[in-house]
Amino acid sequence: MTSLDPTHQQRPERAAAAPLAIELIGINKHFGPVHANRDIHLAIRRGTVHGIVGENGAGKSTLMSILYGFYTADSGEIRVNDIPHAITDSRHALALGIGMVHQHFMLVDNFSVLENVVLGAENSALLAPTLTKAREQLKQLARDYGLEVDPDAIVENLSVGQQQRVEILKALYRGAETLILDEPTGVLTPAEADHLFRILGKLRDEGKTIIMITHKLREIMAITDDVSVMRQGAMVATLSTAQTSPEQLAELMVGRHVLLRVDKGPANPGKVLLSVEDLVVTDDFGVPRVKHVSFEVRAGEIVGIAGVAGNGQSELLESIAGMRDQAGGTIRLNGEPLSLEGDDGAARARAAGLAHVPEDRLRMGLVTNFSQWENSILGYQHSYGDGPALDIAKARATAADYIKKFDIRPANIDLKTSNFSGGNQQKIVLAREMERNPEVLIVGQPTRGVDIGAIEFIHNQIIKMRDAGKAILLVSVELDEIRSLSDRILVLFDGQIVGEADPATADETELGLLMTGSHPDRVVTTPGTLPAHETPIQQTLVEMSPKNNSGRETN
Amino acid sequence: MTTLPRWADVVLLPLLNVVLAFLVGGLIVLAVGQNPIEAVGIMLYGAFGYGSGFGYTLYYTTDFIFAGLAVSLAYHAGLFNIGPEGQAYVGGLGVILVGLALNGTHWAIVFPLMIVCGAAFGAFWAFIPGYLQAKRGSHVVITTILFNFIAVSMMGYIISRILKPAGVNSDESAPLDAITRVPQLRTFIELFKNSPVNLTFFLAIAALFFVYWLIWRTKFGYAVRALGNNPVAANYAGISNQKMIMIVMALAGAFAAMVAVNNVGGVQGRLILNFVNGAGFVGIAVAFMGKGHPVGVALSALLFGILYQGGQELAFQMPGITREMIVTIQALVILFTGAMGDMLRGPLSRILAQPDPVAGAK
Repeated sequence: MTSLDPTHQQRPERAAAAPLAIELIGINKHFGPVHANRDIHLAIRRGTVHGIVGENGAGKSTLMSILYGFYTADSGEIRVNDIPHAITDSRHALALGIGMVHQHFMLVDNFSVLENVVLGAENSALLAPTLTKAREQLKQLARDYGLEVDPDAIVENLSVGQQQRVEILKALYRGAETLILDEPTGVLTPAEADHLFRILGKLRDEGKTIIMITHKLREIMAITDDVSVMRQGAMVATLSTAQTSPEQLAELMVGRHVLLRVDKGPANPGKVLLSVEDLVVTDDFGVPRVKHVSFEVRAGEIVGIAGVAGNGQSELLESIAGMRDQAGGTIRLNGEPLSLEGDDGAARARAAGLAHVPEDRLRMGLVTNFSQWENSILGYQHSYGDGPALDIAKARATAADYIKKFDIRPANIDLKTSNFSGGNQQKIVLAREMERNPEVLIVGQPTRGVDIGAIEFIHNQIIKMRDAGKAILLVSVELDEIRSLSDRILVLFDGQIVGEADPATADETELGLLMTGSHPDRVVTTPGTLPAHETPIQQTLVEMSPKNNSGRETN
Repeated sequence: MTTLPRWADVVLLPLLNVVLAFLVGGLIVLAVGQNPIEAVGIMLYGAFGYGSGFGYTLYYTTDFIFAGLAVSLAYHAGLFNIGPEGQAYVGGLGVILVGLALNGTHWAIVFPLMIVCGAAFGAFWAFIPGYLQAKRGSHVVITTILFNFIAVSMMGYIISRILKPAGVNSDESAPLDAITRVPQLRTFIELFKNSPVNLTFFLAIAALFFVYWLIWRTKFGYAVRALGNNPVAANYAGISNQKMIMIVMALAGAFAAMVAVNNVGGVQGRLILNFVNGAGFVGIAVAFMGKGHPVGVALSALLFGILYQGGQELAFQMPGITREMIVTIQALVILFTGAMGDMLRGPLSRILAQPDPVAGAK
């Protein structure tokens, strides 16, 4: 390992020709007693993609917020194109050519793409001249960088990947030379991520500088030229991507050796614990999202549902969990059909031995205003205390127990849940759902937004549940996760199960084709049922290149 | 993110806001050519200085506690109950019906029945918006506002056409016998002279403790707070959001109706037109100033009690200061503590900037 001090770094290859776009020197930032950034030195070469990796809470976002002018550093210097600047706010950063693409898009949903792009950058009282000019510029940008988006489309009708392109266009339209992307693939499907990488590759080739915050090492390896690793507020290494490996990066991030593969023995399936027969589920607007799906999950096996996000997974999970009415079909837990009348079906599903780790912990799985102990009993509050009073002592004891068993940090049951990092929030949910010894566990996106150290732990916990004879249904958009955890893979496309695969032998290309409904043997086309914002099949096909997950080769 | 120490958030900030409101109010008093310091003196003397005034302050405070709790309780479930005015008014019907039915019976028997029956009527009036919210999605803010108006018309009709005894000129029900009325504290404590503060005051204190217990110490309260903070998570937790909304609204209406026990049962001894007289609306300000916490509700209810009683004294004693002026000062308090309540948060947290051991320990 060559951990170079980036300020005096000897730059390989292109380095001599590439001057520094951004240089951070001795940045410090405190939040109360927390030293979020410790004496950070970072040099970013112009015309490169520079990855910044680190676990949640390592200080990546703080550092970028300082660069973007959202925070002011306590000490240190920011140089843009070798000139020191005291960046005061994001407008100032933008004027210096630094643009930010946030993890959560800052778009006006009911505005058109064009309107969103010019928002805040209108040059005259009348909108028309700006729009006409912007339309031309957008066309130019789309041509140059492969950022095709219909300028007149309404943003809420666009797929997440397209919305992200609008965000990038916004920054470019404002003259950004350096783009900061915060966890850009967190919300993207694999195909969309590939498309993004191709765009980033083009931007780099045109001389733009890109800083990408992520904790997905595969992406770092695929797209970046340099990579910096942060741990606990400090910059621990800046390396040339070509000279490093995922294993090395993981070790630098976590500070110890990490297993990137899941270790599990063969499954030992027993009797059927969860059976779904001919299930039909509609969304809030009455549109069918799950269409006559049947499958079984046996004790001691993990069944993985693979699919591109938005193909009915959420509705399927919520329906089994008792949160969404069925339009048809039967769900049986342990042989007993689940009755879902009324809006407290989730309580009945729990009573029948089901535990549910929801896809979106912040929206559904946690009350973020609650303290850790209060969230540790969410859904099970009835079992704490006999009368109307809540047995708080018992609940707190449970919470303290979960903290110990799942190594939740900080170990403070009175801390508000919103103050925990994403990984620890997920552990709060997992502990609650797993420790009640359920018969059936349904898990959605168990490691979304969770850092590497915690992923390993969470995967092991799921395997442990399986080995204890529980039936586990796993839904994830991370194909790697599905493949490494599942004993059987079901592919969901457009609300239907279009194939089953054995994870040991499944071919990634074949799965990819199934996931996009374009497998030659099993083409599923039910015209008119696909919502307008879904990526058309043909386009997805072109974008999918699972084997070749790099933006570099494609121009 | 700036966080204030808890004591500053709970005590110092509201206090500064009130002081600020009084400073601006003082300017207005100055503008009409009066001495603001003298005005404050009169106000405080009127509220605390003598037994009868103090009694009135406690009487108003009682009303405001109940109305404030009615808003707070709903607020914990994420519901904005603008309807305590109407709920209290309709609650008055329950109180007077029990009183008249058992007229002549000792208050020790009637008082609990007034509470139960008044609560039932108030609960019913709040349940309807709750039902419409839960089952039909009609926003509870709109429906509770509308139900205030419906209450006014309906009660006006009932009082003047049904309850009004023949031969009485004003629009009011028949009076209750003295023995049936909720006893006023002056019968036990000389100090309160001729003020209307009555046993309901202790009911209000009990209600404060009860609401604290209910919200933070019971499974029901847990569900209420889960619903109020994140309805999706509440649904995930198997809590029936619809049922909770209806129950919480009904409970809120029951608390609002206690205003009627205080007024109809304890003071008027009969049902008169418009007896709530804005107390329900003050409850909204009380709840927000008190941040929905019973301690906060108690303190802000007391503040408004002082403003009401001291303000009347002031209007009476100081020439040039009219009742409208008092309302202006009350409005200033609401403006500074409610709408602009966080105005001083930034400067204050900079002054008090210090390592916060809990929030910082991330």
